[in-house]
Amino acid sequence: MKINQLDARLSLVHFYVAFGSILFAGLLGLVQTLVRSELITLPSWINYYQILTGHGVVMALVFTTYFIFGFFYASVAKSAGEFTNRQRKAGWIGFWLLTIGLVLAAVMIALNEATVLYTFYAPLQASPFFYIALALIIIGTYFGAYAVISRYRLWKKEHPGEKTPLLAYMAVATLVLWLIATIGVVAAVLFQFLPWAFGWTDTINVALTRTLFWYFGHPLVYFWLLPAYMAWYVMVPKIIGGKIFSDQLARFSFVLFILFSIPVGFHHQLLESGISEGWKFFQVILTFAVILPSLMTAFALFSTFEIAGRQKGGKGLFGWFKKLPWGDVRFLAPFLGMLIFIPAGAGGIINASHQLNQIVHNTVWVTGHFHITVGGTVAVTFFGISYWIIPHLKGRILTKKMNKIGIYQTVLWAVGMGIMSSAMHISGLLGNPRRTQVTSYNGHEVASSWGAYEMAHAVGGSLLVISLVLFVIVLINLAFFAPKGNEEFPIAEELNPTQQTPNWLENWKLWIGIVFALIFIAYTLPIIDIINNSPPGSSGFKYW
Amino acid sequence: MLHMHKFEKIWMIVGVITLISFLTIVGVQAFSKAEGEGHHGAPSDMTLVDPETVTETAPFNEPGLKQIGENEYELVMVLQSYGFTPGDIEIPQGATVHIKATSIDVVHGFEIAGTSANMMVTPGHVNSMTYTFDKKGSFLILCNEYCGTGHHFMSTNLEVI
Repeated sequence: MKINQLDARLSLVHFYVAFGSILFAGLLGLVQTLVRSELITLPSWINYYQILTGHGVVMALVFTTYFIFGFFYASVAKSAGEFTNRQRKAGWIGFWLLTIGLVLAAVMIALNEATVLYTFYAPLQASPFFYIALALIIIGTYFGAYAVISRYRLWKKEHPGEKTPLLAYMAVATLVLWLIATIGVVAAVLFQFLPWAFGWTDTINVALTRTLFWYFGHPLVYFWLLPAYMAWYVMVPKIIGGKIFSDQLARFSFVLFILFSIPVGFHHQLLESGISEGWKFFQVILTFAVILPSLMTAFALFSTFEIAGRQKGGKGLFGWFKKLPWGDVRFLAPFLGMLIFIPAGAGGIINASHQLNQIVHNTVWVTGHFHITVGGTVAVTFFGISYWIIPHLKGRILTKKMNKIGIYQTVLWAVGMGIMSSAMHISGLLGNPRRTQVTSYNGHEVASSWGAYEMAHAVGGSLLVISLVLFVIVLINLAFFAPKGNEEFPIAEELNPTQQTPNWLENWKLWIGIVFALIFIAYTLPIIDIINNSPPGSSGFKYW
Repeated sequence: MLHMHKFEKIWMIVGVITLISFLTIVGVQAFSKAEGEGHHGAPSDMTLVDPETVTETAPFNEPGLKQIGENEYELVMVLQSYGFTPGDIEIPQGATVHIKATSIDVVHGFEIAGTSANMMVTPGHVNSMTYTFDKKGSFLILCNEYCGTGHHFMSTNLEVI
């Protein structure tokens, strides 16, 4: 069954912007590594922190969001059926709002009116149009979320009593997480940043902005990760000729991700005044609960691999491992993503624990951490998806030659990211700070050991950009030049199709109720404290 | 109900036990009342200060190093883009130093590179932590939160003598 052409087009425009964005932001990233390692100096009309703002905003908010919505539209249209005209229209409105927001943000950053980095911490004050741009991007996603969720509900109406398609369920779960998470940043932008940037209020409550930002900022990383999990749970088993290990546990792990990724933002604020130690530790406990669905996912995936490998004749304890399709980029890329997630997840555990965070907080270790999570695990999985989804949507095929270049591209990315993020992790342990143009500190002896690592960032960054250029070349081929045909949209079947999936997993009122209860417990008292015991607010500063 | 494979149950039970032990250790260390070695709580000072009048408010009207006991000091610091006041600090070896800091403008980070002395300094709030300088040598204090285009110049030297 082919995807309706109108839905395919909606999905494709999102992918095109995503691919353009990652290439552009990747180049900015390379420039940063070259400046930090003092291989180049920037011309006077642009500054390092402007480039850093552009890199962060475009990678974290633009590339990911466009890719994820492109992927959701295709997945939902494929698994739950074509969108209605009204839903598709909402998708397009979402696309244009996102795009207007993207252009406006880009203009503000380019004009040096918003050199506040992608976390836009107050009281650094950007042009109000930068905050409007962020608001537009988020409002745009609400239209997209409406399209996806409303298609899912329509499917339920069309198929009373049946279990919903797993892909559509997972897309909806991810969007439920997104909708609840964005409440924080929307509140901060609408009620704090905009009135302050327009001059309607003189001062801003800094601690509150930071708390609202991180209420959003942590689930944001799960918004990136869960689409990768969709590919791991549903598509990878099909690609390797296997089955989904357990439909019900896959759904349950997504539910757990919703519950345990939101009321946890304080672990980003462990070193901050104004929030008591007890509340910090409470949220640290909730943070660690997210390990449970991660362990379930790891078990399910490796069971799928083993079962599929043994069916193909793999013998002995690890013989099945060799039987996996290593030469198929559609498998290799997401597999590398899973592999990278093992050290990446361990790094996350380090960051969220009091004592260890004390050493690494705001050092370039943290930069290394999110470069192997979102830049490693999520990005390579997205590469793997792109290699079949683009030809599928365009009625073309992934040729052997493109598959081969894809493998080089993916491995090059993993190597480049490995070099860069290892150097970041190690020099972070030595104290090297993140978000800093140069780190020589007038030749201070403590900083002298960091130079070699900065050089390694530049080497890694160069490999990453070469990899991105290859990626875009292959995708242009797959979208416009590859032979016509029908590339498979891989959706695996269940291992035990007769196993019942409990109805309560689709009881969204229940899950949303629980997550709000958790948020209420974890945030109400500390936020009341931040508001009631707030210092005189801060006026805006424009230090660039 | 959910059906879970036997091996997966074992896997999850081992995972949960590991997790609980890990969190227990983190929690005990974070909340231990023992001074020095035992306590590793996160810097969470609740003291407020008006960011506009920091330099007129005690103790920040007199930033600097003050001896308050036998080899025990209080270091009061004011942070602003792009500097630390006081700069170029000298501390005797083995001294326990109670650091108190605030910002008069934007958010800064206080980090003594290569040590566990690390905290956020947000305007309107005082943040504080205690660190014992056991080793002699030159230490680098730097700002580890972006605070403007001169951010990478924001540093000073701390000499343990």
